Amino acid sequence: MKKTKLFSYVDNGTIIHKLSGLSKLICFLLLTFASMFTYDIRVLLVLLLISLVISYIAKFPFKRYKLVLVYFMIFMVFNFLLNFLLAPNYGVEIFGTKHVIYVFSDHFTLTWEQMYYQLAKFVKYICIMPLGLMFFYTIDPSEFASSLNGIKVPYKACTVFALALRYFPDIQRDYNNINLAQQARGIDSSKKASLTKRVKNVAKILLPLVFSTLDRVELISNAMELRGYGKEKKRTWYSYRRLVKRDYLAIGLCLFIFASVLFMRFVVVKNLFWNPFI
Amino acid sequence: MNKSFFGKFDVKTIVATALGAALFLVLFAFVKIPSPVPNTNIQIAYGITTFFGALFGPISAALIGFAGHALNDFIAGFGIWWSWVIASAVAGLFAGFAYKFSDLEHGKKPGKMFFILNIVGQFIAWVIVAPILDIVIYAEPVDTVFVQGLTSFVVDAISACVVGGILAYAYAAVRSSASSLDKE
Repeated sequence: MKKTKLFSYVDNGTIIHKLSGLSKLICFLLLTFASMFTYDIRVLLVLLLISLVISYIAKFPFKRYKLVLVYFMIFMVFNFLLNFLLAPNYGVEIFGTKHVIYVFSDHFTLTWEQMYYQLAKFVKYICIMPLGLMFFYTIDPSEFASSLNGIKVPYKACTVFALALRYFPDIQRDYNNINLAQQARGIDSSKKASLTKRVKNVAKILLPLVFSTLDRVELISNAMELRGYGKEKKRTWYSYRRLVKRDYLAIGLCLFIFASVLFMRFVVVKNLFWNPFI
Repeated sequence: MNKSFFGKFDVKTIVATALGAALFLVLFAFVKIPSPVPNTNIQIAYGITTFFGALFGPISAALIGFAGHALNDFIAGFGIWWSWVIASAVAGLFAGFAYKFSDLEHGKKPGKMFFILNIVGQFIAWVIVAPILDIVIYAEPVDTVFVQGLTSFVVDAISACVVGGILAYAYAAVRSSASSLDKE
């Protein structure tokens, strides 16, 4: 089984890396929420361009997009087929016009509207993809929890995130070890076993994994209690960085983008979609 | 049983929530049993929210679902799919309501409420919350999201009850019962 690293963080000293974790989190949330509010393909393309520019500035290796892109393509093909089977006239419903490409039957008619709707959806999904990859590429893992606390998430919930990230590799290793140990005993949970057998055998990995995790909970919580965790209402963070001018600049810029998207959506176009058919 | 409805939020619960989320993440990302329906996997990870919910309460289980699912989306590389992440949190929340009604700590086997709450929670999450958010945020056609939602509901409810049930029974079996010692 391949090992997945949650953070691909490498500090290569670009301006994006130098931003504090808090401003990165705020910018990330602002831009992803901006993309949620609109289906206007022009706005989405601009957002896509912005996130690509950001990843260029951060010197993100572009070849990493390839795998995700393939995954998205497969997803979109399935989504297209499913939508076509269940709601082939959804595009016509949205845009109110009907430009036919090919008629399969009365109900199943391929229209430009449907194709345009699927294309807009593709752009909508893909435009925040670089941001997601970018976020974990440029944020210092130990700064993540303090950034969450910075946007007023209660510090105990921040600890949950920090601890989850910290213990993810350990539990992954436990899982591998238990899996291999059970395989050595002839308990196979790989593709070769039949479905019912697989379910049973997965349970045999799950029980030791969960119970050893519960033991670990005991250990960690005792250690934290001994160090007086949770006694005060507030908490400071070792890896917290103070906001400087460039942070305010970045947040301001993202706020501006967010506001312009909302402006386009609610004042200029006044519709979720931009209709090129009228 | 004088347990509060929402569970307590002490250090142990915080740590359990964090490790539960990590566990959820490992299972969610790596242990996929393909179901007969194409493109749908049986996610045994929901058994974790079920089990941890009964042990540590609704807030803990909702956070496990939320953090586990959100971090999984990050690993996979696409942005966060908020509609489904929130649905996972809702499913966890309902699984956690079983906390009040169960006493696994003292070797009591999970009762009817344990399974009912999970099925109700999975139903609300996948047939109500996820489709509605999908329609509002992503403007998916209504028919498609409800077909997807119903499939997810059936698959996830089964996995939550079966996997969560196995864990809960096994856990209750190894805990000594509250009445194993008599006061003299």
